[in-house]
Amino acid sequence: MPVTSQILRGLPRAKVLASSLLPCQRHQSHAGPVTHKPTSRRNPQMWHQHGYQTTSVLRSYILTPPQVNSILKANEFSFKVPEFDGKNVSSVTGFESNQLPANAPIEDRRSAATCLQTRGMLLGVFDGHAGCACAQALSERLFYYIAVSLLPHDTLCELEAAVEAGRALSPILQWHKHPNDYFSREAQMLYFNSLRTYWQELIDLTSPGEVPDTQEALLNAFKRLDNDISLEAQVGDSNAFLHYWVLRVAFSGATACVAHVDGQDLFIANAGDARAVLGVQEEDGTFTAHTLSNDHNAQNEEEVARIRGEHPTSERKTVIRQDRLLGLLMPFRAFGDVKFKWSIELQKRVLESGPDQLHENEHTKFIPPNYHTPPYLTAEPEITYHRLRPQDRFLVIGSDGLWETLHRQEVVRIVGEYLTGVHQRQPLTVGGYRVTLGQMQGLLEERKARISSAFEDQNVATHLMRHAVGNNEFGTVDHERLSKMLSLPEELARMYRDDITIIIAQFNPHVIGAQRQEGQS
Amino acid sequence: MALSPVLLPRLLPPQTGYRLAGRGLWTSPHLFTVSGDSQLLPLPGQARVVICGGGIVGTSVAYHLAKLGWTDIVLLEQGRLGAGTTRLCAGIVSVAKPISIECKMANYSNTLYEQLEGETGVKTGYVKTGSLCLAQNQDRFISLKRLASRLNIYDCFFVMPEYRKLNLHIFMHFLLSLYFILFLALSHLPSLFLPCSYSGVQILERTTVQQVLVEKGHVMAVETDRGSIECEYFVNCAGQWAYELGQASEMKVSVPLHGCEHFYLLTKPLQEAVPPSTPVVIDMDGRIYARQWHGGFLSGGFEKNPKPIFTEGRNQLEIQNMQEDWDHFEPMLTSLLRRMPSLESAEIHQLVNCPESFTPDMRCLMGETPGVSGYYVLAGMNSSGLAFAGGAGKYLAEWMTYGYPTANVWPLDVKRFGNLQSSRTFLRHRVMEVMPLLYELKVPRWDFQTGRQLRTSPLYDRLDTQGARWMEKHGFERPKYFVPPGKDLLSLDQSKTFYKPDWFDIVGAEVKCCKEAVCVIDMSSFTKFELTSTGDQALELLQHLCANDLDVPVGHIIHTGMLNERGGYENDCSVVRLSKNSFFIVSPTDQQVHCWSWIKKHMPSDPHLHLEDVSWKYTALNLIGPRAMDVLAELSYVSMTPDHFPSMFCKEMSVGYANGIRVMSMTHTGEPGFMLYIPIEYALHVYNEVMSVGQKYGIRNAGYYALRSLRIEKFFAFWGQDLDAFTTPLECGREFRVKFDKDTDFLGREALLQQRQDGVTRRFVMLVLEDHDTELDLWPWWGEPIYRNGQLAGTTTSSAYSYTLERHVCLGFVSPPPGPEGLPTPITPDFINRGDYEVDIAGQRYPAKAKLYPFSSLFTQQKRRKDDLELSNLQGK
Repeated sequence: MPVTSQILRGLPRAKVLASSLLPCQRHQSHAGPVTHKPTSRRNPQMWHQHGYQTTSVLRSYILTPPQVNSILKANEFSFKVPEFDGKNVSSVTGFESNQLPANAPIEDRRSAATCLQTRGMLLGVFDGHAGCACAQALSERLFYYIAVSLLPHDTLCELEAAVEAGRALSPILQWHKHPNDYFSREAQMLYFNSLRTYWQELIDLTSPGEVPDTQEALLNAFKRLDNDISLEAQVGDSNAFLHYWVLRVAFSGATACVAHVDGQDLFIANAGDARAVLGVQEEDGTFTAHTLSNDHNAQNEEEVARIRGEHPTSERKTVIRQDRLLGLLMPFRAFGDVKFKWSIELQKRVLESGPDQLHENEHTKFIPPNYHTPPYLTAEPEITYHRLRPQDRFLVIGSDGLWETLHRQEVVRIVGEYLTGVHQRQPLTVGGYRVTLGQMQGLLEERKARISSAFEDQNVATHLMRHAVGNNEFGTVDHERLSKMLSLPEELARMYRDDITIIIAQFNPHVIGAQRQEGQS
Repeated sequence: MALSPVLLPRLLPPQTGYRLAGRGLWTSPHLFTVSGDSQLLPLPGQARVVICGGGIVGTSVAYHLAKLGWTDIVLLEQGRLGAGTTRLCAGIVSVAKPISIECKMANYSNTLYEQLEGETGVKTGYVKTGSLCLAQNQDRFISLKRLASRLNIYDCFFVMPEYRKLNLHIFMHFLLSLYFILFLALSHLPSLFLPCSYSGVQILERTTVQQVLVEKGHVMAVETDRGSIECEYFVNCAGQWAYELGQASEMKVSVPLHGCEHFYLLTKPLQEAVPPSTPVVIDMDGRIYARQWHGGFLSGGFEKNPKPIFTEGRNQLEIQNMQEDWDHFEPMLTSLLRRMPSLESAEIHQLVNCPESFTPDMRCLMGETPGVSGYYVLAGMNSSGLAFAGGAGKYLAEWMTYGYPTANVWPLDVKRFGNLQSSRTFLRHRVMEVMPLLYELKVPRWDFQTGRQLRTSPLYDRLDTQGARWMEKHGFERPKYFVPPGKDLLSLDQSKTFYKPDWFDIVGAEVKCCKEAVCVIDMSSFTKFELTSTGDQALELLQHLCANDLDVPVGHIIHTGMLNERGGYENDCSVVRLSKNSFFIVSPTDQQVHCWSWIKKHMPSDPHLHLEDVSWKYTALNLIGPRAMDVLAELSYVSMTPDHFPSMFCKEMSVGYANGIRVMSMTHTGEPGFMLYIPIEYALHVYNEVMSVGQKYGIRNAGYYALRSLRIEKFFAFWGQDLDAFTTPLECGREFRVKFDKDTDFLGREALLQQRQDGVTRRFVMLVLEDHDTELDLWPWWGEPIYRNGQLAGTTTSSAYSYTLERHVCLGFVSPPPGPEGLPTPITPDFINRGDYEVDIAGQRYPAKAKLYPFSSLFTQQKRRKDDLELSNLQGK
């Protein structure tokens, strides 16, 4: 058990759960199958189990507005691209992000970084399931893989030479991290070695003077990292902790939605059901949503067709059941999740050689039903390219926890109205309608409430989150509802809402406009 | 005036349209065919008077000028007559105004409109309705009662519980019905004044004034977009645009006003139509008013967060954006529905956005501008344009005809402002405070909060850190009192009351110190002029201007009034003869523009006679108290005892290291002490020296509240509040300051001699309240009615608590009831001495002793007559 306690120290709130299970695995043991969305499909047993608590808890915890604010703002982060010499040459003026946990600990991760050896900014949301290990690994590693894939051959050679000679490396990424976003120090060497192997291979594969294509780089980075996660788990590590860690990363899973913005070029690489939506300001000042990624889940017919096509017709009925992959997994693309990727033999072999803790976990031993022709799951991203226009004002990347609660059009409206300020709001006119004073008053009060919640938040992601959790049927924030939602005990929270992670990047229309003109002339 | 429909279609994009005109809501007054729609009348080459602005104000001026016999008047309107604010106004004429001159104007307007409707047959929908004023709290109730008492309304009643009929739903309310308020149902108003066009007034529409040409300080011509008109007089009645028009003059004219958007709501007729006689409902705590309109309601208000507009002048964008702003109106709508919940089902007809112009002190701007003679202004109506237009037009016409109107309009005189109030930023900030203030509760001695710290003494920071609380006069910060360390500052600043104020003990301590030791008051705000000449021109000018004899030895200080031809006070000042041919004139702070233009007006253009405004050059410290002479003696090594330095003398001497300080043995309070006029660079040094040496004599800082208490208990009047252009020295017991016995002629001499012969019909008295509980009773302020033997005899002009008498002292004028033929009767000493006087504070009458002389000076009276040793001074203000 010494290893376990070591892990627990790093994870908040673990003490409560230590007696039963590791935090990242506890969820499944309760719910049985790997449920990515228990909200929609509650386990009746679980209801029963906690039923006695629900009422008493709801009655006793009503948070005051300041308490609500401190919860909502705990993870908020904002970054402004510095304006050198008064001229902002970056098409991104900055971004704001926030997270609200429903799982304990939260299984979502977020990352943001600026590429230093090439141009561009990377923003990513990672939604973990079956624990947070995989999402954590992605948040630390994926951007390195992307950045390295983007490096021209010559830079790669310099990098390798520097490592070879033991010289200091010029940094590849500048991270923009919230203090709560942590890096696991123990695994850094392991991660580095894998990355180095990757770039060594890249050096071999490319030729001098060659500059990689962004789309291909993103694709390769995703696939390569998933591959490395899988390999590391198979190889193991002499250090028991690391061995256990790489297995946890591989056996848990995570979706990833990453944006790469460089000038007017915006690439979205998505694997899973997180989503990237562009806020477009129309000429009349209103905002419309332009979705830049497709959800990889059962609602996406192309994905369903893809998966059915990859497996024999005999599995046609079993490969997707109850809108889940093999009846278990909601996202159809994900990192990790080797249970859906490895052959049964490989899974058994790895588990047998693994550390003891693994054996105590029923879940890892469990083989998905109808598991005939692995792999069933891929981390290969779908890549969307969008050439930014001056009317493209912001980009929202959110985990599915956001999109479940708010329609994308509503998301874009809330963010757009916040960013442009209240003054840009469409003024009310009575026109020729028959409106009574009472109706008008109701309408105005509602509008006022909307503004006041906007003024409470300095961070647009927080503002959006407030709406996501607290919106009533009228589309305005209801404090009582918000307070109730946030005061749910952690065992219950996950049944009412999912982890929410939001990154909102703002674009500079002037820079984009100027670049477009340059590009045309 | 304001937005003209002719201009607007050009300014607005077609899709916006001119909403109000397009709806045909306000049928435009086609009654008059002054200038035909198709062709414009030719522009005359010259005229006697050119009036710019065809709103209710401009037409009223034209009407009254014509009535006074003027001909050759041209009225220019850039759009159509009565198309601007006039067209959009809510049409309420209220006669319950905060100051008496405004009441007079509103009363006159009221009578005039009624009469004109009969004369001209123009249907204005004039209805007398009365009003309901609601009070949601005790303080508002007191202020309503004060208003009722001041207006002398007997037929008003206060109702405590709900007034069901109007569906008023208030937790605590009181109603006041003033049967003086009435309203007009809009919009053919300017045509009321139309008969004037037959008698020498030519009205030209669609003619824009571009600039006013000035020659030798006099209006010469007006340049329009259709050519120029030579003229003798120009009247700026351009409403919203009056500021811009003033700036467009060759010599810039400051018309300090700024526009704010003003919103009101129109409902469709209610199911049960609201009768036209429904009273106007005014809920100042809810910041709204409501009146009947076409069977429904019209309701607007003065919100807390007004939207100033046209800061940068006429602006196309802002005109476009001037649409209904429902979000902005929300608080007022909520307030209306709380007051009248049944209106919830009323349908909206429209939300009207009607910009109004506001001035820095909530009063309109009237009169001849200080810089340009012949250039008159009438604008800045603070959303009471309709109520004032009639009366204001009359007074302005009189002003132009006789040189001064028939009533005291100083509170409205444009010369109360100078260039310092014409900054756009200042105006923008100030009107944002002024507009809400219209409905805010005003307790005694409230101060403006915006546009502060513009002019300050060099000692400002020093005094501020010592706890000074500030008031503002003509842009200058003056200390009110000093909060001793350890007092709870926050509560002190926030509590506002009609009762005993929280500074009572603080000021009491300052007064005590003035009486027993010595206090310093920074009085740098005073207006200070120097008049010099090579020969005796300066003396000659002052002998002509001043009632008192200035041919005195060098070093003497003379208190004197500057009188007009009617013998009334245009200014009240202290004049120091610095040398044979140079004089130092100290006047009240707000005289800076007025006094300057008064002297300039009467000054011969002589290159050897020179007038300079030196207000900014000197810091003035007032050392009040018996130990002041000890402090100064120690600092100058000169004996300051009355034997060596008699009262009302001025010497240049050194104080501390600083040389050339003008030390004057007067204190503006009647207490012993000295005024120091210090070149500003020495101010800090002298102050520090005075404070450190004064320590052993118990010196402390004091403020204007202490000064006021001291001067009022000594029965000193101050100009601008007690004295005005209609008060003569004889009426306030200052005959001894008039050089009757000299042969020198001076302005007002004839009138005073006549008055001396006829006897005065009003007299300035001091009323000491008896049976008034300082702790529990409402405090007097000013404007309270005075009753003699139960009959209204006058009003108070100022008041203060006298810490010496331990009573309240009110100053005011009383006059006997008119004789049988309505002629004023001369006042007799018996009238003062043998009468039971009462002062009415918010409906409660307190017995008072009327006095013609202050208690403390009764014994010095003989002495005073003998050697004319007068400690007093008048410009406490």
